[in-house]
Amino acid sequence: MSIPALELVQVRKVFFKKESSAKRFSRSRREVVALDGVSLSVGRGEIFGVLGPNGSGKSTLIRLVSTLLLPDGGTIRVFGHDVVREETIVKRMINRVSVDAAFFKKFSPLENLSYAARLYGLPMREARIRMREILLRLGLKEDAFTQPMEQLSRGMQQKVAVARGFLTSPTLLLLDEPTTGLDPHSKRDVQAFVREIRAEHDATVLLTTHDMEEADRLCDRIAVIDEGKFIALDTPAGLKTKVGWRNGQPPTLEEVFLELTGHPLAEKEVVE
Amino acid sequence: MNWMIRELRGAYAFVERNINLTKRYWGWEIVWLISSLVNSLAVTYIGAGMERISGETLDTQYIITYLLVGTLIWSYLSVIFYSISEMIAWERWEGTIEYTFMAPVSRLTHLVGTTLFAIGYGILRTLVILLIVAAFFRLDLSGANIGGAVLLLLAGSVSFVGLGILAAVLPLLYPERGAQMTNTAAAILLLISGVYYPVATLPGWLQAIASVSPATYVIEGMRGCLLRGESTGSLLPTVFTLIGAGIGVTAVGLVIFRKVERYAKRTGRLKRSG
Repeated sequence: MSIPALELVQVRKVFFKKESSAKRFSRSRREVVALDGVSLSVGRGEIFGVLGPNGSGKSTLIRLVSTLLLPDGGTIRVFGHDVVREETIVKRMINRVSVDAAFFKKFSPLENLSYAARLYGLPMREARIRMREILLRLGLKEDAFTQPMEQLSRGMQQKVAVARGFLTSPTLLLLDEPTTGLDPHSKRDVQAFVREIRAEHDATVLLTTHDMEEADRLCDRIAVIDEGKFIALDTPAGLKTKVGWRNGQPPTLEEVFLELTGHPLAEKEVVE
Repeated sequence: MNWMIRELRGAYAFVERNINLTKRYWGWEIVWLISSLVNSLAVTYIGAGMERISGETLDTQYIITYLLVGTLIWSYLSVIFYSISEMIAWERWEGTIEYTFMAPVSRLTHLVGTTLFAIGYGILRTLVILLIVAAFFRLDLSGANIGGAVLLLLAGSVSFVGLGILAAVLPLLYPERGAQMTNTAAAILLLISGVYYPVATLPGWLQAIASVSPATYVIEGMRGCLLRGESTGSLLPTVFTLIGAGIGVTAVGLVIFRKVERYAKRTGRLKRSG
């Protein structure tokens, strides 16, 4: 049996939030369970979606896999390597695109990508060719390559973030709400690129989103997460069968989510 | 071999990145340079005015050079200290901290890259200040041991790298006030290290603290080289002590940084802020 691209066993992550009390200089700590015994196994080449509202634990899950957080319980393995004990090996296999497209804002896309290429030890001659190819493929115009990031639109910045994530040819690509805030055209470009990455480069993708349509369109399997727990895990079609047809129509993922959690996706409050 | 090439590329990533940041924020650089220059001039003019202040005949030339050496060496050492101690605060401010910490480079490589840039930048910046300040005062360095001074300065840099790592822990532990705490640490070093006055001027308990500050030995040694022309041979014990202490502090700094990094990962403090 082949080693899973990503395997989580009973992963738990707790944060402590400081809360000021009415008493002067007195503070108490509130425990927030971000992930509560989450287990999953993602096969090589799979696009696995984690669907949930803000504060449900999606970003915590991605941060744990990307070695930015340490789990309080359970194990996480990337292609059989433990993310805590074999951190450097795991770091070479992964890359992450986050919702906030964090860049040196005065740098151009090419300068930001050069920094990424050097950090990952890529030969610069090849990396420079590859940067241009990926940026063009994502629909970025060449005159934007040398403009400061702060002068680019949110959509263009996010495309540079996707290019940076893919530049290092990760075998596991972590996409944390990569299309949030993008216009429909940019969203389609990014989604098409994700599909292409999987088809042409045998990459595994862990995608978190609260966009039902995106999850339905891209993912082979979807886990629905709510308050740090997976409450369902299946293919998009499988999830829909858990809920009966409405007015002679198959249910949407939105209706599935509502049925499973008891509340609509958009109205959940942020706890993270 | 592959590992070495990868780490060298990683170290150069930080050098190139910091060069690019310096170019992009050139306006800030000019403001900061003017501030340092004016500070150096203001301190040195205190020396120039000492005869008028005291009403006595003094060796003004000696006092001017004494103060100028202190202010220039402090300018250089503080660049090293801030470049390293702010490597975390800067990443937080730009919002890139998670990306950099997720990359497969060791913290030692991160540090080597940051240090190489800091030393090059510090030397260049201090030379610019020296050239401008020299136009305001008549400096007589004819009997100075310049080679010994450079040797001492490089040895002192190693110590300040270690102190910089220790200070870099603060923004990692305290995302909001860590950078300000770093400023306070630098201010304490300035007070105790004899930058503008002999350490013997301080109360006994501060002199005891001054004895563990590497800047105390760098500045005193530099004055010995530049004002009294002390030989390189006589400086060697200080040079070796500074290098030994620097390696020790750097090693301890790296161990502490690693532990604090794990604490930050356990408590979720690597998240960007600002």
